[in-house]
Order: sequence, then C-alpha cells, then structure tokens
Amino acid sequence: MTTASVTNTEQYNYEVIRKFAIMTLVWGVVGMLVGVYIASELAFPALNFDIPYITFGRLRPVHTGAVIFGFGGSALFATSYYIVQRTCQARLFSSGLANFTFWGWQTIIVLAALGDVLGYSQGREYAEMEWPIDLLIEVVWVAYLVLFVGTLMKRKQPHIYVANWFYLAFILATALLHTFNNLAVPVSLFSMKSYSLFSGAQDAMTQWWYGHNAVGFFLTAAFLGMMYYFVPKQAGRPIYSYRLSVLHFWALIFLYMWAGAHHLHWTAIPDWTSTLAATFSIMLLLPSWGGMVNGILTLSGAWEKMRTDPVIRFLIVSLSFYGMSTFEGPVMSLKDVNALSHYTDWTIGHVHSGALGWVAMVTFGSFYHLIPKLWNTKMFSNRLINVHFWLATIGILLYITAMWISGIMQGLMWRAFDDFGNLQYAFIESVAAAHNLYIMRAVGGLFFLSGMVLMCYNMYKTIKSGSTEQQA
Amino acid sequence: MKHDKIERNVGILIILTMLAISAGGLVEIVPLFFIKETVEKVDGVRPYSPLELRGRDIYIREGCYLCHSQMIRPFRDEALRYGHYSLAAESKYDHPFQWGSKRTGPDLARVGGKYSNDWQTQHLTAPRSLVSQSVMPNYPWLSKTDLDYADIQDRMRALRVTGVPYSTSQAEYDKNVKEFGEETAKNLHIPDAEKNLIAQAQAGNFDTNPDKLTEMDALVSYLQMLGTLVDFRKYDDDYFAKFR
Repeated sequence: MTTASVTNTEQYNYEVIRKFAIMTLVWGVVGMLVGVYIASELAFPALNFDIPYITFGRLRPVHTGAVIFGFGGSALFATSYYIVQRTCQARLFSSGLANFTFWGWQTIIVLAALGDVLGYSQGREYAEMEWPIDLLIEVVWVAYLVLFVGTLMKRKQPHIYVANWFYLAFILATALLHTFNNLAVPVSLFSMKSYSLFSGAQDAMTQWWYGHNAVGFFLTAAFLGMMYYFVPKQAGRPIYSYRLSVLHFWALIFLYMWAGAHHLHWTAIPDWTSTLAATFSIMLLLPSWGGMVNGILTLSGAWEKMRTDPVIRFLIVSLSFYGMSTFEGPVMSLKDVNALSHYTDWTIGHVHSGALGWVAMVTFGSFYHLIPKLWNTKMFSNRLINVHFWLATIGILLYITAMWISGIMQGLMWRAFDDFGNLQYAFIESVAAAHNLYIMRAVGGLFFLSGMVLMCYNMYKTIKSGSTEQQA
Repeated sequence: MKHDKIERNVGILIILTMLAISAGGLVEIVPLFFIKETVEKVDGVRPYSPLELRGRDIYIREGCYLCHSQMIRPFRDEALRYGHYSLAAESKYDHPFQWGSKRTGPDLARVGGKYSNDWQTQHLTAPRSLVSQSVMPNYPWLSKTDLDYADIQDRMRALRVTGVPYSTSQAEYDKNVKEFGEETAKNLHIPDAEKNLIAQAQAGNFDTNPDKLTEMDALVSYLQMLGTLVDFRKYDDDYFAKFR
C-alpha cells in the first residue's frame, strides 16, 4: 500500500476521478429508478401506458445498461484511476486520454439508453447496443487499456499491487468479450440495424460466454480489485493473505471463462459443453470464496470496527453477499437444480443478490471512503451512512426473498401434474400467483433506491464542504 | 517461475492473463463451428421469408425475448405444454438466436398455428382483453403503423453475408429450388423481396385488415410460422438423441 508523501499538487490526476465518481451516483439513481419502474410494470401492466418507448421490453435494457455500464462502469473507471495512481505513486500518464475515456464512456451510456427506448437493439442481453455504439465502446476501451497499462509502466513501486491485477484482467477480458460477442453485419452504412455474424447454437454459446463473463469480469473481478484496495485501507490493516490472493486471482480468471454455458442447460447445445460448464462452475466456488475469505479476514483483530464504522459494515456485508451468491451460482449450475430454476424469477433474484448485495454495496463502502479523500474533507454525516446501510440491506432482503419464492413457485407450478397425468396449471396461473411477490420486489427496489438517493444527498453535502485543492 | 517476477513485469502479466482467459472460449465455443453433430440434419428448416424477417426484426425491436423464450427443453411437462423439444437446426438461420433466458410469459418456440390470426392481433393489441391476468404490455401501435420495408433487400443482403442462403443470381436461385423447393426458393430471392412480401401479407391477411400492410402483419406472420417447419412425425425419438 502506498505511503505517498505528496509534495506536488499535480502528483495525481483526481479531476477525472471526481467526474467519474459523480456520474456513478447519477447513473446509480437513474438505473435503479428505471429498475423500480419496470419492476412495477410487471406488477401493474397499466404502467406501460401504451407508449412504445417505456414498455418493459424497451426499458429493461435501459435499466441493465444504466446500472451495469453507467453505475458499475463509472465506479470502476473512478476507482481504477484512483488505485492505479496511489499504488504506483504515479500520475495517469495522459490527462487527455483520461478525459477522452470520461466523455466517451458517458456518451456511450446516453446513446445506449436512447437506442434502447427507440427500439434499436441487437436482441442480445446486456449487449443490446447496436453496431455504431459498439465501435465507440471499442475505441474508448482501447484508450482505457492504454492509459491503465501506460500508468502501470511508469510506476515508482517495483511491484504491481494485487488490486491492479484484477482491474487489468477486467479490462482485457471485457475487450475480448465485447469484440467477439458483437461481430455483426450492418444492414447498410446508414442503418442502425445489424445481424449477428453467428446464428443459433453457436450464437447462443458466444452470447452466454459474454453474458456470464460480463458478470465474471465486469461485475466480479474488477470489484474484487476495488475490494483489495478499500477494505485494507478502511480497516487500516494489510490484506489477510498474499498467497491466497495470488492463488484465487489466477484460478478465478481461468475458471470463469468456462462457465457460461450453464446458462444454456437443457437447450439445443451439445451436452458435453453443458457438462463442462457445470463442472467449472462448481470449481469456481473455490476461488470465489478465496476472495471472500481474504477480504473478510483482513478485518481479523479489528472486528469491533463492524460496530463502530458504517463504511466497514458496507464492505464486509458486501463480501458476505458475494460469498452467498457465489455459492448459490454453482448450485444453480447443477443440471437438476437448473431444470427447476431456469426461466424463472430465481435467476433474477440470484443476479440481484450479486448486483445489489455485492457490486452496489462494495461500491457504496468504497465511495464513502473515496469521496471525502477526493474533496479533502470528511463525510457530512456518518448517521446517514448508517441509515443508507439499513435501507439497502432491507431492500435486498425483500427483493431476493420475493424472487426466491416466486421463482421456485413458478418452477414447481410449471412441472406439476394432476392425478391423471395432465398439467395441473395453465401458464397464466403462475403469472397470477407471482403478482404479490412482484409488488414485494418493487418495494424492495424502492428501499434500495431511497438509500441511493440518501447517499447522493450525503455526498452533495460532503462535496460542498470540501475543496478540490490537493494537499500535502 | 516465482510470482514475484510476474508482479514486476506488466508485459508478462498481460500475456499470462490473456492465456488464462482465452482457454475457456477456445475449448468450448470454437469446436462448435466444426463439429458436424452440433446442428441436427433435418428436413424443413428454411430461412425466413421477407415478411417474416421484418416480423422478426419487430420482435427484437420490442424486446419480446426479455420475457419469452424460444427454446423448449426435453422435459415431460414442456412437451405437454409446448410440444417437441427445440432442435439446434430450428434456429440455424437465426441471426441472432432468440432462445431467451426468462419466461415471464410462455415459451413461443412452437406458438405457430396454435392461435388464429384474429386472436394474435387482438392479443398483441390488448392482451388483457383475452387473458385477464396477463402482465404483457399492450402493443396498439403495431396495427396502426405501416410496415416499412424500403430496405428489405439490404436486410436480406446483410444476412446473406452471414451465410443465410438468400439468392441474388439465377444459379443461387436454382440451388435453393433444389434444397428447399420452388415455393420457398422464390421467397428467398432478393430481387423479388418487395413483391413477395406484399403477396404474402395479402394472402395471409395476418392483421385481419386487408386494406393495410402493417407491422402487425409482419409480426403475426413470424409468430405463425414459429416451430412449424419440422415435421416431427417423420423422425423417431432416437434420431435426434444421436446429435446431443
């Protein structure tokens, strides 16, 4: 960890980090608001209002795009730029390139949302953006890679700190996934429409190789990088085990890439791919828990901070949710469990226990540490951080409980037979049965969103009291 | 090699990381393009007609795949509810695939022919008028919006680049006649796309309004052919198992 003795006010480029940090908060509110809205549409379909632009089918990619790439992406840019500078004791090697990634990335998020509501879609989950946006992503991403590696190269420390390994793997993997999953032939140079290069089974495999590893690298590896810096920083203790971090880093990035086909169990892909993916998914439990253990045990000897420090509480609870959802994932990748869980709300619940419990919570914790540092001040209110923590936790619990119940219920209703061997339920009965649970899910989302809004208020007050002058 | 060395050299770190993250895709995906058994040999599967293709584009535009799967799994309950399990061959011309990942509504892989055009049009316009507990949005604009097919030839040509056998020359057309029969081959001929599109819409009257060629015509024509191409009476159960 760095013990930078800063003498030069220009030592670090904090300006771009501040911009990304603020946009993280903005996209968090926007993405979660849209999430609550589409959750409500499923409970009360009248909310679609017969307006094409706000129907569930068009808003859902706006939600996923805004939370994954807007909120998550901006948070990763902000924290990676902060961590790479602090741990290398080197300024980002190009301010121009840094600014380009900021404006480029924000443009991408806005264009993607516009494209979604207007109906321009590749018809691939989490990769709905059409080809012109995909090209822009490619350019911005290469700039990000160059900037990150370039800064690593001018480091003043001989070693590259572990957090940076994770960020680097995330940047490389995202480039690989994005490139191959978006191979497409445009209808014409002036058309927003394109057709994917691959079809059917091969296309499905490519998409879920992408889809699963968007979770594995964008939403996991990179956020582990965040964890590896902010948990020891906030706890004031070194990482529990260096050896474990080496082991679980290589195991995690190697194993993740094999697991995608568990999204395609019992479909028309060859059985061997499916079996291979399930096997690797189970093995993946080990490095996942390696990361969790390494993070949580960093606190050993300082457990009382769980009571006194709400930021630590966010970080440690996020690791607990990470452990829980990375246990649930391998269970759901077993073919027999998947036969029940696939196509149901259980999957949605699983994603959100990871996305809200792990990704968002570790971001909140890290930002409560980071933002006061960026503006040379202290958090406006520790009490509000605590309230945020409980709003978020209650929200997640409501959300995932509702989805567990509705998911397992749907799975059981669809396969239920009566005494004569006929299907016991019509499909619509499973839809009707989920109604109250959809309301409960929307309420859970509302809790989580209000916590997010509270965080914005707290941050606004904090930033207002701070200054952007870098101090010694 | 000591890990210490990797930590001190960003070049080695990048190379080793690339190796680690490339293995999975190389082993699991790349072979699928070369192993012949990945896609079953089966009669009947053909590319979409121009009208169906426009319908499919609208299906994607509205994000139908986010609530409806098109992939029936080999279970007894799914066989009873939806029909024969889906084959890889049935989506071999699907760019992109639309198997989906969620059933907020029922699977649509074999919805073709299950309901009348009347029912489909009414259901898409106002689902709750037919299924009171449905949570599907209304799509009233589909039957009000004229179908835009100005670039239908461009669309087919783009798909041709990806490998879909739409024809441009007489030789390609003749090849399609051999493979799919004359009726289908005509519909795959790019220079006649507009003519074929209009003819199919008029003959089918999918939106139950013969005076207008609307987006509803295209979407319903697509829904009505889903899962109808393979005649499963021609194959015994063991045949498809060979390809799994």
